[in-house]
Amino acid sequence: MDSTSSSCFEKLNEEIIFTILDYLEENPLDKKSLALVSKYFYLIESRHRKTLKPLRQDLLPSVVSRRYRSLRSLDLALCPLITDKTLTLVSHHCRSTLRSVNLSKSMLFTHVGLSDLVLNCEFLVDIDLSNGTDLTDCAAAAISRAKNLEKLSLARCKLITDLGIGCIAVGCPKLKSINLKWCLGLSDLGVGLVAIKCRELRHLDLSHMQVTKKCLPSIIKLPCLEELILAGCIGIDDKGLTTLPLGCQSLKTLDISNCFNVSHKGLSSITNGAMLLSQLILSQCTPVTQALAESLQKLPNLQSIILDGCHVTSAGLKAIGSCSFSLRELNLRKCHGVTDEGLSFLVTKHKELKKLDITCCRKITHVSIASITSSCPWLLSLRMESCGLVPKESFALIGSSCRFLEELDVTDNEVDDEGLKSISRCSRLRSLKVGICSKISDTGLIHVGLSCPQLVELDLYRVIGVTDVGVAAISSGCPRLQMINLAYCPEITDESLRSLSKCLRLTTLEMRGCPRITSVGLSAVAMGCKQISKIDIKKCHEINDAGMLPLAKFSQHLRQINLSYCSVTDVGLLALANISHLQNMTILHLRGLTPNGLAAALLACGGLIKVKLHSAFKPLLNQTLINHMEARGCTFHWRDKPFQGEVDKKIWKVH
Amino acid sequence: MDVFNLIFYHFLLLPHDLEPASDIAYRIWSCWNLEIRFLWSAPFCSLWGSCWNLKIWFQRYHSFGIKGDHFDMDLKQRQSSETLTNPSDPNGQSENRFPSPSFPHVDSQHQKWDMATSPNYDTQMDVPFTEYQPLPNPPSSQSFGSEHVTKRAVQLNTMPITCSLQDWDPQLMLTNLSFLEQKIQQLQSIIRSIVSEECPISDLAAHQQLATADLTTIIIQLISTAGTLLPSVKNTLPVTNSSPNGLSNILEPSSSAPLNTSLHSNEILAVGQHHGLDYDDQVKGCGAEQNQMNDSDPLVSMEDNDSKEYEDAMDGENLPPGSYEVLQLEKEEILAPHTHFCAICGKGFKRDANLRMHMRGHGDEYKTPAALSKPAKDSNSEPPLIKRYSCPYVGCKRNKDHKKFQPLKTILCVKNHYKRSHCDKSYTCSRCNCKKFSVIADLKTHEKHCGRDKWLCSCGTTFSRKDKLFGHVALFQGHSPVLPVDEPKFIGAAEQVQSSEGIGCIGSRGFGVGSSSSNGGPNALEVKGIDGHGYFSTINFDTSNFSGIPEFPQSGFEVTENSFSFIPSGSCTFGQKDVMNPNSNIL
Repeated sequence: MDSTSSSCFEKLNEEIIFTILDYLEENPLDKKSLALVSKYFYLIESRHRKTLKPLRQDLLPSVVSRRYRSLRSLDLALCPLITDKTLTLVSHHCRSTLRSVNLSKSMLFTHVGLSDLVLNCEFLVDIDLSNGTDLTDCAAAAISRAKNLEKLSLARCKLITDLGIGCIAVGCPKLKSINLKWCLGLSDLGVGLVAIKCRELRHLDLSHMQVTKKCLPSIIKLPCLEELILAGCIGIDDKGLTTLPLGCQSLKTLDISNCFNVSHKGLSSITNGAMLLSQLILSQCTPVTQALAESLQKLPNLQSIILDGCHVTSAGLKAIGSCSFSLRELNLRKCHGVTDEGLSFLVTKHKELKKLDITCCRKITHVSIASITSSCPWLLSLRMESCGLVPKESFALIGSSCRFLEELDVTDNEVDDEGLKSISRCSRLRSLKVGICSKISDTGLIHVGLSCPQLVELDLYRVIGVTDVGVAAISSGCPRLQMINLAYCPEITDESLRSLSKCLRLTTLEMRGCPRITSVGLSAVAMGCKQISKIDIKKCHEINDAGMLPLAKFSQHLRQINLSYCSVTDVGLLALANISHLQNMTILHLRGLTPNGLAAALLACGGLIKVKLHSAFKPLLNQTLINHMEARGCTFHWRDKPFQGEVDKKIWKVH
Repeated sequence: MDVFNLIFYHFLLLPHDLEPASDIAYRIWSCWNLEIRFLWSAPFCSLWGSCWNLKIWFQRYHSFGIKGDHFDMDLKQRQSSETLTNPSDPNGQSENRFPSPSFPHVDSQHQKWDMATSPNYDTQMDVPFTEYQPLPNPPSSQSFGSEHVTKRAVQLNTMPITCSLQDWDPQLMLTNLSFLEQKIQQLQSIIRSIVSEECPISDLAAHQQLATADLTTIIIQLISTAGTLLPSVKNTLPVTNSSPNGLSNILEPSSSAPLNTSLHSNEILAVGQHHGLDYDDQVKGCGAEQNQMNDSDPLVSMEDNDSKEYEDAMDGENLPPGSYEVLQLEKEEILAPHTHFCAICGKGFKRDANLRMHMRGHGDEYKTPAALSKPAKDSNSEPPLIKRYSCPYVGCKRNKDHKKFQPLKTILCVKNHYKRSHCDKSYTCSRCNCKKFSVIADLKTHEKHCGRDKWLCSCGTTFSRKDKLFGHVALFQGHSPVLPVDEPKFIGAAEQVQSSEGIGCIGSRGFGVGSSSSNGGPNALEVKGIDGHGYFSTINFDTSNFSGIPEFPQSGFEVTENSFSFIPSGSCTFGQKDVMNPNSNIL
């Protein structure tokens, strides 16, 4: 697109280019390329642009004021340092067009900036202030003047009290969605007032708040409430729930995970009359017994049950199986007590299942898998990590029956090349995780590479049998590959990386503990996969400064890197610091690193948010430097892990 | 007008220190007697404001032992007659004065009485007075009276003679009186609406007409009620005349009056029948009431007998469930600064004990232990009747006419409720210059906490507790919590909030701007005071209409004036204490 002469493109109608741009939503870089074709395209692209997710805050005012004048959505999640001044400028330029602002990862701004934002952009509908741990009630009061606000997230705004949320409740009557997760400063009073004043609320997230039954009556009376999340609300118990005269009628999703004091009695009282309820999240909650299943029986539209970490009985599973509703999604992750008997009965009754998670159901055997594969041909997602008793024959069944699978997690299973060959028949597979499957070799991977062109994610963690041949087959057969995990595959060499460099969309590359990889291979990846944003080369001892230089030059989108145990020195680090997008660095046990070099790299790398360093460096670094870095929005994580000389094969799951 | 106000405030006293369940008979008698007597004097017309006023008023009279010069006049007449009658036939008098215990008997008899009296009316009209004399008393009363003679003759021998009034029904009298009360309340609400709403002139005329019509009804009703007692007057006469001392000669000058009165009462009763009142019942009721009145000596404790009867009588009324008595004080009584007044110099006090201390200065007779001690409640009496109070404000939930009437427990509750709910808040906190109160005790309570109320609403209201603030905010649309002002950064935002929402109080509260709000208090109070005057004047205005009602010819008034001087035989008991009425000059 960017190779031909601009003159012929200028004949294109503006609407045509708009249409083209509409099709380029998937990858932001495509739009960027298009804009770079000509001034004309640049102009049109800037007019077309509705959403912006800038990587650096320093250019934001000029971009907003000159280039993108009709932004509707501004995502500042990658800009940690947003000052009041920035917000004021943005608000002056965006005025009435702006609808949505995400400040969830930003800091430094206060109620003054928010006040300007809210006053100037009067049509703001969506504000995300999550993680605003410094925001006080003043900020809440500023937000409360956004009369058109419909969606607000205040997750982890721990300083906001009832007064602040009271202002918001009164000032923003149109609120449809509010997230108060981890707002520990709030009590029943504030939540109750929100429920009283914001009658249009549809989504209410009260996770991990210190609320009790006192706020429930007003919540229950909300006429349109669709999603209620009470995860981890320990203050809510059966006693409070059973006193409710009626359940929440309009509810579609209910999450009472980690509410240890809620049993099936409380559940049935809060879901009493909720005919529309489709999703129920009961993670780590009440044991799944027959009584619970009976309370579920009154919910005709239930489609999804998440029972993550519950204690499950076979009778309970059978009772759920005989319920009238037809499940689409069932999550039995880490549930104790899941047996072949219960699970087989359940899946034979719910043939519409699309997502099934039986991770860590260690008691199930071939019987269950046979029932699942025979009953649920429409399965899209199957996660069965660590089902140790499932024999290798079962995986052949999965491949032959569940042809529509898009996601398969068979980590830590007995699957072998034959099974993988069968699985490769699921040609729509997008995500395949075969970590710790020691029986897999290149043979199986070649089948996958040949038959699964849609593959986006491949996890080969600790698959010892994988060599360059298998990786080559994958990289040639799966051009859409974005994430690959080759950690602790000791046979992998630079050759694999050279073949992977053909996967242009690769963003995440994990190859920690691959001792045979050198800077050459890394350079190849850096030059080929320009979109790479996460690299983990921990314990790749051979990689040195020579690998960092091309990385710094070509991988301008790199955001996260783990360099622990590498042979990188001050030079390499300083080179890396040129990558303006770099936000996250883990630098443990770098032998060649000096305090001065580290300090220079830290200072040079302006976008850093998080740096993991060995605590030995703490006294060596100048305190004013640390203060300066922290003032720039960088947080230091000091680790005191002992140096591990050799790659210890006995340590599983290091990451 | 000053004179009026003086007497008005003097008598608008709160009855909470009175003995419970005071003698209804006495009360009604007082009403009846004095109303008729002073009905037509202009200043007293305004006292017509409510029957209840009058009741309390006369209670006052009773409790202080006050008598006006009109009493004195009565007394002189009475005494003149008594001096003649008493020595002559004390037995005969007392015989006839205590028929009340025979109530059931009386009720069964009343038909008979009707039969007996109705022809008497006719004869009474025609035959000369002397012919009427020998009319025999009903036999039952005599038989009853004889029982009581021995018991009470000594203490009651000064009491004048009344006839045997077995057939007089106090319940009916009460019904009538409560009807009157309701009517007067209606009238009050009409006039209040005139005062408060400043309605256009056309409406004013309509309101005046309405008021006039109501007043007419009231007067007719009252006179007809009073008139029912007339037959008993008529019956007294034979008794008095039957004394061998030739009392008829002394009574001679006024002997024509009863006839006139009965004539007149017949007329009035005819009018009263138009209003759906049964004459017979009235006669019966009045008679019974009269019995009761005479039976009970107001100085000797009368509650023993009558409190129960009173209660019974109240049952017949349209009372809310629960056997309590509902009292309603008027606005002026509630707002009166003092509740106890010196009968001699008129000085007001808040406590009766202070009044008793004050009374020592008026003479040695007030220094006796009996006079200084707290008026003892009868220890042997029945448990006192439960009293509950109604707020005079129409439409208030505490008003007895409200659908969900909730009575107030004590007078103090009434006072506080009325001030808090229906009065201006004239006491402003000197600290915050914002919070206002109508009850001074509330202000004092607030001042203790003022400045510590950290929970503030955008309307300026402060709360000492967060949940109270949130309850308030949840209740009212547009109110929102306000952050404490000690966070300096927020000032700008708060002002913006204020300006955008148009709620002025934040600034005045939070930033000490609003001295104007404190000035509003006294102004409002002044306005209210003017209102009060208007209220009185409208009543006066109406009473001027009142006197012009054509149904009541001047002669009729004179007749009543004269004839009624005979009736209050019980009034003699008043006269026994020679206490000067401080207001006698007014009358």
